[in-house]
Amino acid sequence: MSDDELIWRIAGGSGDGIDSTSQNFAKALMRSGLDVFTHRHYPSRIRGGHTYVEIRAADREVQSRGDGYNFLLSLGDSFARNPQEEAYYGNEEIKPLSENLDDLREGGIIVYDEGLISEEDVEAIDLHDRAEENDWHVFPMDLRGLAREHGREVMRNTAGVGVTAALLDMDLEHIEDLMSDAMGGDVLEANLEILHEAYETTREEYEFEHDLRAPEGSHDAEQALLSGSNAIAYGAIDAGCRFIAGYPMTPWTDVFTILTQNFPDMGGVSEQVEDEIAAAALAVGASHAGVKAMSGSSGGGFALMSEPLGLAEMTETPVVLVESMRAGPSTGMPTKPEQADLEHVLYTSQGDSQRVVFAPGTIEEAYEQTRLAFDIAWDYQIPAIVIYDQKLSGENTNVDVDFFDREVSPDLGSTLTEDELREAAHDNSGKFKRFNYDDAENGVAPRSIPGQKGGRFLATGNEHSPVGHISEDPDNRVAQMDRRLEKLESIRRELDEERESTQTYFGDETADYGVITWGSSQGAVAEAIERLNENGHSVRGLSVSDMTPFPEKEVTEFLESVDEAMVVEMNATAQFRGLLQKELGRFGEKLTSLLKYNGNPFEPAEIVEGYQVNLAEEDREPTAQVRIEPAAGD
Amino acid sequence: MSAFNAIGEEREIDRDEFTPGVEPQPTWCPGCGDFGVLKSLKQALPEVGKTPEEVLTVTGIGCSGKLNSYLDTYGFHTIHGRSLPVARAAKLANPDLEVVAAGGDGDGYGIGGNHFIHTARENHDMTYIVFNNEIFGLTKGQTSPTSPKGHKSKTQPSGSAKTPIRPLSQSLTAGASYIARTAAVNPNQAKEIIAEAIEHDGFAHVDFLTQCPTWNKDARQYVPYIDVQESDDYEFDVTDRAEAAEMMRETEDVLNEGTVLTGRYYVDEDRPSYTEEKAAVGELPDEPLAERYFDDDAEWERSYDLLERHT
Repeated sequence: MSDDELIWRIAGGSGDGIDSTSQNFAKALMRSGLDVFTHRHYPSRIRGGHTYVEIRAADREVQSRGDGYNFLLSLGDSFARNPQEEAYYGNEEIKPLSENLDDLREGGIIVYDEGLISEEDVEAIDLHDRAEENDWHVFPMDLRGLAREHGREVMRNTAGVGVTAALLDMDLEHIEDLMSDAMGGDVLEANLEILHEAYETTREEYEFEHDLRAPEGSHDAEQALLSGSNAIAYGAIDAGCRFIAGYPMTPWTDVFTILTQNFPDMGGVSEQVEDEIAAAALAVGASHAGVKAMSGSSGGGFALMSEPLGLAEMTETPVVLVESMRAGPSTGMPTKPEQADLEHVLYTSQGDSQRVVFAPGTIEEAYEQTRLAFDIAWDYQIPAIVIYDQKLSGENTNVDVDFFDREVSPDLGSTLTEDELREAAHDNSGKFKRFNYDDAENGVAPRSIPGQKGGRFLATGNEHSPVGHISEDPDNRVAQMDRRLEKLESIRRELDEERESTQTYFGDETADYGVITWGSSQGAVAEAIERLNENGHSVRGLSVSDMTPFPEKEVTEFLESVDEAMVVEMNATAQFRGLLQKELGRFGEKLTSLLKYNGNPFEPAEIVEGYQVNLAEEDREPTAQVRIEPAAGD
Repeated sequence: MSAFNAIGEEREIDRDEFTPGVEPQPTWCPGCGDFGVLKSLKQALPEVGKTPEEVLTVTGIGCSGKLNSYLDTYGFHTIHGRSLPVARAAKLANPDLEVVAAGGDGDGYGIGGNHFIHTARENHDMTYIVFNNEIFGLTKGQTSPTSPKGHKSKTQPSGSAKTPIRPLSQSLTAGASYIARTAAVNPNQAKEIIAEAIEHDGFAHVDFLTQCPTWNKDARQYVPYIDVQESDDYEFDVTDRAEAAEMMRETEDVLNEGTVLTGRYYVDEDRPSYTEEKAAVGELPDEPLAERYFDDDAEWERSYDLLERHT
């Protein structure tokens, strides 16, 4: 737990503008040269209820939300004040303060809105006693009053940011710039007045006895603040995707919205349709007609896509689907992350169905692996899925702008031109042998697009002959099946030999203890390993991104190099550990699990603790909501 | 050269071009009404000047789904009930393609009912032919959404308690801009209607009565039809929504009594198709999207131009 970092939490009711305020503040910190990481916590509710955003900023790489936090800006839930709702919700103005105290670090700062949170409420939660106990520095400010005086009540967020800047001894320059970018006219003027008034008042009214200051940043390369949803959407755009169809579902909606809003300017097409079966079927139809297309959903909606997914595989129509996991089963917890749809995504759909699945762990990986998914899907004519979760979807981190300096790839992969079609194999009736197995390379038979001369064929979800006619001929069945099966092996070969590994390693290469994880838990694991190694332990880590085809060689080498490994994932049934054992067929005795499924992502300290409990074989349970699953045979 | 030379090719087209060599032979039963649809499509497509390679036929599952196995165009035989979403996207990806979707009454009005409503309401520019034989054929004779009340089958042994769906009225309510019913027993009318449907700019729904000699010998599809346009007993304006609705209601009522009325029920030439509507709000590119992938000069916008808003 470093003292050189700021973890600022802004809390209020949903609809109070917490998200936009925090976005701007995070950007201001980033512009001052710091690395930032944001974490969003929100209820499945439009207005009111307890919501917060955390921004962690430091002058070094920040890979997770960190442990706890050290600055609370508590706005008060303005929607709890709605008299019509009082009977139902009760009085909850205090919640943004009362609900957030448990994780506030010793010596931390609390700013709360006196205008919304009364002194009586504060006494009722023993704030002063607790503050003394924990050495918290409490600053009550009439943020609402300040906002009303110069503008409108809703601008109390700006007042809160002004107070924050004063207490952290920050320059207002970046905050002012960002405000000027976002608004204009009277609104901007009022906000600037509020910002300055809050800043000055704080400096005049209070003496600062706290140590916390905004860290000094030292970035020189230009940074962009991106969420996982941004990264996936932009990865798709650069991969040449210009068609998306979807149905809204949290948290997938973000990717859908970003592409929909950008497509008109880039000549792309977006369709919001009646359900997820239609959405995935549209992506298949557009791809069949010659456009790089995608769809996606979250667990419940993805369940409906099982049919079109199988159709894409059998007709060898390339398509990319994204699956943004949230806690299940069924509707589960709509706004809470979990990594529990892995088996759903790997095995859904009937028959010996095959697909490629990537699970990016960071914003950069989300961008790269989305591009990769498109490349592989179109080269091999196979569905590719990018699986991520509500955490990666909503968290924002800074990325070097230079990272994105690469070309758009509108290449349709193994698709023939009309010239090439003329040379290609045709049967006696003049039909193109679309599903030719005679000289298919890597299991891929090149395709044609409807409207091309000389490329006529039938795509069908039934088993079919080389020209696409329905066929139950045993020899044809075996030849077609074998050819399709060959694709995954070829893809594995390409990923192993021709492309940079998508797996990420951490820590000490010579360590005897390994931590292995996947997807969005990567950041917390990386940080935990760093901390352990700094404290004299010897641990190495591996975050796996390729779910299928599985990187058997890499993972085997990793597991052979350690005596024991802990598998870290956000679900209750150890799905990834199950995949490891299924794919590798051994190592059962080496693996233990650290599982978390309470709706909140891992904090690094929990992983450190999991390691300690595991290694010391102490007969005790780790932190309440984390579970350790012993190795097979234990 | 363009990537899609088959599109818009102008030449004399022989209907035999739509017949795939010797194989495969249709697996439909002798006397099946589906032969009627196949025949009328083979006649209509050359008549409206379409070549096999600029036509994409998209079908569902069941006997009807095999239509494009026996019709030589670009084809996509999809899955049960899902022909319409696949067809819609193909049309949006390349509006120059002539898209014809087809499926059965179970496929189109049952499992695909939701897609039917939404494709009609959006008025996608395509032809949708529903082979309506009032039975599930390929799964061996179960009651379908259009089977009459009281219909007995292995899955409704006491006689169906359900009122059949009213496809024409439903189509009108949902928003289709061309609605007709024809029957396999009347090949001339069928050919004309299919040709009109293909030429219509918008969602053209054709409820095509096809007899199932194996599983539904009692179906009224064998009964001689009455063409509502030819008969003096029925006068209504096909462009008038209210009159069309009234006529459809009557048609669907009397079908239960064994009187088969066919013909054009509703034609709205003024309603813009979905591609026009989508282009009008600026959400569809001027040139077919699919063309861009083959165009070396196409300008591709890059995501990092979008990064500015994140810095």
